[in-house]
Amino acid sequence: MELSELWFVLIAVVFIGFFFLEGFDFGVGMSTRFVAKNQTERSVMVNTIGPFWDANEVWLLTGGGAIFAAFPHWYATMFSGYYLPLFAALLCLIARGVSFEFRRKIKNERWTNIWDWVIFISSLLPPFLLGVLFTSMLKGMPIQKDMNMQPGFTDFINVYSLWGGVTVTILCFLHGLHFLTLKTDGEIRSRSASLAKKVALAALGALAIFVVLSWIMTDIFTVHLVPELALVVLIVLAYALAYYFVSKKREGLAFTMSGLGLAFTVSAIFVGLFPRVMISSINKAFDLTVYNASSGAYSLKIMTIVAVTILPFVLGYTVWSYYIFRKRVTDKEHLTY
Amino acid sequence: MDPLFLARVQFAATTIFHFFFVPLSIGLVFMVAIMETMYVVKKNELYKKMAKFWGHLFLINFAVGVVTGIIQEFQFGMNWSDYSRFVGDVFGAPLAIEALLAFFMESTFIGLWIFGWDRLSKKVHLACIWLVSLGTTLSAIWILTANSFMQVPVGFAMKNGRAEMNDFLALITNGQLLVEFPHVFTGALCTAAFFVAGICGYNLLKKRHIAFYKKSMKLAIIIGLIGSIGVALTGHTQAQYLVKTQPMKMAAAEGIWKDTADPAPWSLFALIDTKKQENKFELNIPYALSFLSYSKFEGSLKGMETLQKEYTEKYDSIVGEGTNYIPPVKTTYWSFRLMVGFGAAMILLSIIGLILWKRDRLVASSTFLKFLVPAIAFPYLANTFGWLMTEIGRQPWSVFGLMTTADAVSPNVPAGMVLFSTIIYLVVFTILLGVMVYLIIREIKKGPEEVQGIDDKLSTDPFKVGA
Repeated sequence: MELSELWFVLIAVVFIGFFFLEGFDFGVGMSTRFVAKNQTERSVMVNTIGPFWDANEVWLLTGGGAIFAAFPHWYATMFSGYYLPLFAALLCLIARGVSFEFRRKIKNERWTNIWDWVIFISSLLPPFLLGVLFTSMLKGMPIQKDMNMQPGFTDFINVYSLWGGVTVTILCFLHGLHFLTLKTDGEIRSRSASLAKKVALAALGALAIFVVLSWIMTDIFTVHLVPELALVVLIVLAYALAYYFVSKKREGLAFTMSGLGLAFTVSAIFVGLFPRVMISSINKAFDLTVYNASSGAYSLKIMTIVAVTILPFVLGYTVWSYYIFRKRVTDKEHLTY
Repeated sequence: MDPLFLARVQFAATTIFHFFFVPLSIGLVFMVAIMETMYVVKKNELYKKMAKFWGHLFLINFAVGVVTGIIQEFQFGMNWSDYSRFVGDVFGAPLAIEALLAFFMESTFIGLWIFGWDRLSKKVHLACIWLVSLGTTLSAIWILTANSFMQVPVGFAMKNGRAEMNDFLALITNGQLLVEFPHVFTGALCTAAFFVAGICGYNLLKKRHIAFYKKSMKLAIIIGLIGSIGVALTGHTQAQYLVKTQPMKMAAAEGIWKDTADPAPWSLFALIDTKKQENKFELNIPYALSFLSYSKFEGSLKGMETLQKEYTEKYDSIVGEGTNYIPPVKTTYWSFRLMVGFGAAMILLSIIGLILWKRDRLVASSTFLKFLVPAIAFPYLANTFGWLMTEIGRQPWSVFGLMTTADAVSPNVPAGMVLFSTIIYLVVFTILLGVMVYLIIREIKKGPEEVQGIDDKLSTDPFKVGA
């Protein structure tokens, strides 16, 4: 395996980590308007992700940084080409990041309510926008010979990319509901569980349509038929099991399944891209691939050594922090956020 | 409008804004870590109260600092895609390492620190805040590694039409980094020290929580003294390095058009005419520039005229004939003077503070206390002017000697998009700043007594049977 191929895999792993982790805190943010009945309940829900959301978001920043370092052309083409969706996602992350800290700095219902709406919207939009981004990448973007693109509105926004965005959003929502069944108690826990059952079915439906659309609109099933079919089976299995486990009140397993479902979905996207990183809808010869978009061998070698050294520590203390905050959150305690 | 101009405006606006929060975060978390250490060692509750109160203010500032920082990682790709293609092989690595090494550390341990007061043992909780402090400092080191490459590119070779890394060790031991990081870090200490001192000064004037604010003030004076003297010393080494590596920036910062006499005088004040390329009026301190540049009272410096000729010979083959290598002189010149001026004022205030403390007149001296409130702005201004000098003084280069700023901009992004995003950023940032200042003032008015502890005794463990 060439180092550039390894880095493509590593970047896929980082995005899997991102959707597995930030996926649930986006989902919890969405749930604040679907599960909570009052501000106290919203506070409990926000506090379940209190110690985690910031580190979860770092997975996205690491993904961006890794693309920059390992595939400068990919980074340059994607970030300059997807200007508006990335700008919108950025605004959401900015607003979201301060709203947790600000929401109860003033004990006033209206003040908190404003920031809670910010949390809701900025948890709903980023997974949607990232879904749009990744699926339109699968479909192909108008990349020119010079590796740049100036996409028009329909290049980002079309039936396929919108459905991709909706699907990713539903998957994160479900993952968040499972997290809530695991981290809250009483009413919120049971309401999350019963909503999760419905959302799991919606997720399966959305995924089914998404697979059909992918078959028609992209070449991923022609390029990698066997692995893609295997992943589709795994994805369906994961969400079917998620439904089963949440019905049986096996909350930890349900959460694991929706996490695996997200992981397989992200894998399906990256497998579909490989060996391309950006597909040109104009000419196959203009595709950016892991070979023509990557950094030099020396740079990749250094980055590999650094990543292999640091990542175990990151995973170690991340697991430890989840262990420390393993208790369920209730309104009987002091809520920091 | 020109997309290049707009992209530069956006970069300037967002980085300057971001850097309002960064130094305070780096410095204040360091001070909070010291306070909590004192609490754990001396078991004095007053120190715990200090760590919590100043920690609260740190967190509000930190949140805004983090979110305004995310932009930077997107911006290189969005507005400067040709730059990213050209140097990504070298420049991307420190950014990725920053995320992996520093961002994970600070975000995980800040979560543990905020929510862990009663869940972690005292020592582990203390370790968390030190790890946050380490994380913010590592973050500074890596982003400055990237910036140092732009000032003094090292550790690369030109290959495949771009700069490719060939010596990682050279990149992280870049002489520029070795002088730039200590300067930024001591600047951060000043920012936190004067922030704390200003708030203490205000409250001591009003005779509120005297024991609390007096103790905080003493720590601020110590950190302020170390920071302000340190920032001057490291600034001196940086100036010496500048003469060797970017003589044009130094010449512009000094308003030197023609080669100086030997020994060279330091210009205190000058009326600069950039069109005629001369100074109409100068007020000079003899010998001082020689000392600043070479640490001895002899030696001359090259002027911008000579350097323009030298650069033309050296770089016109890379960037095209007829390039003007002289940066905006007035901005560079005055930024340097203002930075030095505010820096000197900080040293003076720290020394006065120390004297008053030794005479036990900290609370009594109302003139000094009154002065500390506006002095909160000094390090902010010095930091900002320092970066203006560093970045504007490097123009027309984005990477010195390799790529001009004009060649770095995204060729495919229309001006309207950059303008639109810049306006929205500025609106959002203004709101954030307003909310933050409002919240910090509220917290200060509430005072240290109302800082709450975390009581989680009633929460349940989901892994317990029957939970």
